[in-house]
Amino acid sequence: MTDVSVTSPCRLRINGEPCTIDIPPSVTLLDLLRERLDLTGTKKGCDHGQCGACTVLVNGKRVKSCLILAVSIPDAEVTTIEGLSRDGQMHPMQQAFLDQDAFQCGYCTPGQIMSAVALMEEGHVHTREEIREFMSGNLCRCGAYNGILDAIEQVIAQQQQDRAGEAA
Amino acid sequence: MTLHSAKIGQPVSRIDGLAKVTGQARYAAEPHPAGMLYGFIVNSPIARGRIETIRDEAARAVPGVVEIMTHLNRPHSALFEKSYMDGLGVPGSPYRPLHDAEISFNGQPVAVVLAETFEAAREAAMLLEVDYERWPHNADFEASLHQKYMPSKTRSNYVPPKSRGNAAEAYALSPIKIEGRYHLAPEHHNPMEMHATTVIAEDDGTFTVWDKTQGPQAVQAYLTSALSLSKDQVRVRNPYVGGAFGSGLRAQHNVFLAALGAKMLKRSVRITLTRQQMFTHVFRPEAVMNIALGAQPDGTLQSMIVDGVTDTSRFEHNMENLVIWGLINYKCPNATADYKVAPRDTYTSSDMRAPGAATGVNLFEMAVDEMAYACNMDPLAFRLHNYSDIDAMHDMPLTSKALKEAMHEGAERFGWYNRPIAPKSMRDGKELIGWGMATGIWDAMFSPTSARATLIADGRLHIATAASDIGTGTYTILAQTASEAFGIPIEMIDIELGDSTLPECPTEGGSWTAASAGAAVWLACQSLREKLFKTLGKSGNISAWLTAGLSNNTTVLQDGFLQDKDADENLRLSLSEALSLTGQDRLEVEETAKPGLRGTISQMRKARFTHSAVFCEVRVDEELGIVRVTRLVNAVAAGRIMNPKTAASQVRGAMVMATGMALHEESLMDERVGRFMNHNFAEYHIPAHADIPDMDVLFVEEKDREVSPLGVKGVGEIGMCGTAAAIANAIFHATGQRHRSLPITPGN
Repeated sequence: MTDVSVTSPCRLRINGEPCTIDIPPSVTLLDLLRERLDLTGTKKGCDHGQCGACTVLVNGKRVKSCLILAVSIPDAEVTTIEGLSRDGQMHPMQQAFLDQDAFQCGYCTPGQIMSAVALMEEGHVHTREEIREFMSGNLCRCGAYNGILDAIEQVIAQQQQDRAGEAA
Repeated sequence: MTLHSAKIGQPVSRIDGLAKVTGQARYAAEPHPAGMLYGFIVNSPIARGRIETIRDEAARAVPGVVEIMTHLNRPHSALFEKSYMDGLGVPGSPYRPLHDAEISFNGQPVAVVLAETFEAAREAAMLLEVDYERWPHNADFEASLHQKYMPSKTRSNYVPPKSRGNAAEAYALSPIKIEGRYHLAPEHHNPMEMHATTVIAEDDGTFTVWDKTQGPQAVQAYLTSALSLSKDQVRVRNPYVGGAFGSGLRAQHNVFLAALGAKMLKRSVRITLTRQQMFTHVFRPEAVMNIALGAQPDGTLQSMIVDGVTDTSRFEHNMENLVIWGLINYKCPNATADYKVAPRDTYTSSDMRAPGAATGVNLFEMAVDEMAYACNMDPLAFRLHNYSDIDAMHDMPLTSKALKEAMHEGAERFGWYNRPIAPKSMRDGKELIGWGMATGIWDAMFSPTSARATLIADGRLHIATAASDIGTGTYTILAQTASEAFGIPIEMIDIELGDSTLPECPTEGGSWTAASAGAAVWLACQSLREKLFKTLGKSGNISAWLTAGLSNNTTVLQDGFLQDKDADENLRLSLSEALSLTGQDRLEVEETAKPGLRGTISQMRKARFTHSAVFCEVRVDEELGIVRVTRLVNAVAAGRIMNPKTAASQVRGAMVMATGMALHEESLMDERVGRFMNHNFAEYHIPAHADIPDMDVLFVEEKDREVSPLGVKGVGEIGMCGTAAAIANAIFHATGQRHRSLPITPGN
């Protein structure tokens, strides 16, 4: 039996802000965010790493926050959907999701967006098929898959335009 | 920037989108009241029997555990079964959580641990020891068929099949016959948000209940009745719902148990089901349909005989409109159908997206494809040959049916006309290619609904109705409706939904919300404009142009300004100015949209449906049997489309779910324990990005002034109906092999 009253110190940076909290070691990063820090933008869809709704960035890489114990990643930089907008400006991926109707109920959306942002960094965006493959860890029961692909391609096109603009 | 009124029919982006893409939208498990307890449900591992003893010492010893609620110590709840009946319930004895020691299904809640933290509640739940007396059970669908029956009291929305001609004789005499047993595996709704409830115990002794539901007023009525609370003690809210697809039609046990715990301890309580527990309640019933069709060699249908069964629990009689769709949609002189339910020791099956039709239409359309091949006809030509312009089962005219147009436009878009008829005639390397099609049909419903429209001091328009937006785009289409009806930019409108205290609106479902809530908002906005004009006319301190305009009926309200349509456009008045001239700080109306006399007569005389034609391309790996859907076109005739952007998403979403029905989704029963054993996303596969091709949805023009006040039919379900059959039929065309059981997996 695990003693849920024994706590350990947990030190993270969440969306740029330092966060220090004593929690039982069995608390997942997902439950820390949702239940103790009131950052409910990160969603719980299965708690088993099977659906991707809880995707956040840890040190810039996409991870399923339900599979990580919060105390196991000391000093990590965590970015959630709440930290994606800067100075009230939506991230281009958030805007693209709006433009392309890339969601319906909105519950898997934060995870899809975080995953898509990381995907761009990973560079797995050469074809629609490749994007499909590398986004398949994020399930959407409303079936907004076409719109999500369109949103990612909208951001790719914008980046290419921006780069062409800089070159010229 | 000048703001303009949005119109019905424009592709407006979702107005609730900003909250959703930034993570600000709060769902049922997300408010966090001070002192809240976490509830964790303990489920029965047996299907039938009774609880003998509960040993809770170890569980209670877990630090942070406050209470363990069981049938032995729960607070008072209503005594009589009828108090647990919910608005969309089915005949029979509703399940009463923690009522007594008896176990009627595997997964039945036997206790709720209430603790200070989620981790403590979960830990204690695992330590609770429960001994059971086991009774024999049956959870096997095939075995339950021997006990099939027709409930003496049927569901209120049940449409009994109506026979015509002499189907048996005509079948015997038909030169071309097909006959088959078609089957659908049970499916679970699996919305991404798990069912959850947060009950906030307010200081004044009332409860604010955030619940994942499609009907806040239905849950409010259920809780007050089942927990013997007064009506003003319970307020139910669901401003955002993370999908539901029917799982939120009835009040689920999590809301009852969370409220019971809050009542017991007078504290706020949250219960979130685990994904595994999502498989312990509602599901789409398993179904079997025996279909026999007879035709002339020229493809003229002579006889249709349909006999179908769906499963239900031992305590409730869930029924579906399973067998009627082919009889309604096809011209055929002789037809008959029979429907029964089969009981097994599980929780009661329930409505899932397009209940009855998703199963009945898809399985029937697979049989139609077989018949077309038996007649050596193109499946589209066969359907056109047997096309009915009326509801052939009730011999009733229809308000509209642009299915023929949908068939042609869809076929054109897909490129159907180049299709070789013979199966297994297209190939690309190791992959066989097949093209299949099917048609879809679903009810177009309209229910009385109320809405309130309020003009407030800053000139904004506030709209309220107790509808639920479960991802359906309701916020957005109601804003468009209000914008056009009142004459105000969409940016100046606030839409409030998802609260039991708002004007009455039926539970969201069955694709009726757009037509019904839309009509109510339209009516309320028109009425508010009249009230504004009337009140201004009486106020006496308005300018000359407005006085003249109001008396000559030349005053218009447009893009948020009062103007005179015949006068200089510089003479105009903003809504906040207009309101201040009336001397009031707000103007408010509430209206109810009802069918009315003309509508009621129309409903008696004419049938009303949405239709579709679906075309599909699959590629099948000849060696491995793996099927990929590579193209899907759906041409939909659904009356007036309020927002083509959100409507197309609705249809695409249902097509994704139908792809799951055709190829992936199957809840597997372990008959020995009576439990669905693949209760997670790894073993119950729902379509992922890589499973879904680019889908083409087109809306066929269909003007229908009769079906509902705004000419709207609704699009939430239609994408389910026909799509799975089109995929199955394409697989036959690719491989030459008939599969009569869904899903079609490489294993079968």
